[in-house]
Amino acid sequence: LSSRDGGDNDHERACAVSREDLAEHFISVPYAAALGVTLVSLSDTHCEMAVPYAEHLVGDPDTGVIHGGVVTALLDNAAGLAAFRKGRDHLDEAVATLDMRIDYLSSAQPGRAIIARADCYKRTHNVVFVRAYAYHDSIADPIAVCNATFMVGTPNTPQDPPAAAP
Amino acid sequence: MKLLQELRDAGQGRDLDALLARIPYARFMGLRVELLGDEIITVLPFAPHLVGNPNLPAIHGGVVGAILEMTSVLQLLYDTSCERLPKTIDVSFDYLRYGRCKTIYGRAIVTRRGRRVANVRSELWQEHRDTPIALSHGHFLLSPLRA
Repeated sequence: LSSRDGGDNDHERACAVSREDLAEHFISVPYAAALGVTLVSLSDTHCEMAVPYAEHLVGDPDTGVIHGGVVTALLDNAAGLAAFRKGRDHLDEAVATLDMRIDYLSSAQPGRAIIARADCYKRTHNVVFVRAYAYHDSIADPIAVCNATFMVGTPNTPQDPPAAAP
Repeated sequence: MKLLQELRDAGQGRDLDALLARIPYARFMGLRVELLGDEIITVLPFAPHLVGNPNLPAIHGGVVGAILEMTSVLQLLYDTSCERLPKTIDVSFDYLRYGRCKTIYGRAIVTRRGRRVANVRSELWQEHRDTPIALSHGHFLLSPLRA
């Protein structure tokens, strides 16, 4: 993936991975795998991911409801994949979450998988805008609604740690 | 079974570590709490399953969001006797820097606590207290205990 020996075009080709491969990568990163995230559907501008109900994700033992943090992580994961550019899906470029706002409209139901659908609705040179919904049965009856913005073209290599303030 | 009432009955009404030990998701994350007077500091030691970007490597943005939210809720629980866990109405996250594979610390400030709703700001940092990695502000629905 990271051969930089050829020209720019060679480099692009060497780095190009299909959206399916990219989605596979997104659901297999350690935290997504630990949550049990699966891919439901995928297009150039949207994606759907699901997280199955599991005891270790419960946030309120009184009700058995999954913790809001799991919904946050699922929305972030789905929105991040939707933010990647069509045809420029190479992994030496990252998308960095800039801002995310989530409204929790209703509680998730215990025992049921949660699905997140993310749609990219505006793309500029530096910034991508994504809207995402978490739901059980229908997007018309959401558990949570999310608006997120991402910076694109962020280098996907380690950066120097922040220096200590003087 | 009411979790918060049980803890109060056991004399652990303000023992947040006892509370976290009863919440499966908090155990899964490995979240702990330290007290500084009446202020709490949440502590999330790094663990391999928290990684969201293996290339950098960086902690998953969802982990960062979850810890911001949990920090807000824990400070509310420490300040107020609640019947049920506070419910998140909405929350807005600012991601400032990516989370490195190190311990994350968090603290929250309750900017306003009304009868039904509280406004809470939280921040997370790693190596340096004055270079936060993420901020949040959220609104939480309260269920105060009737005196």
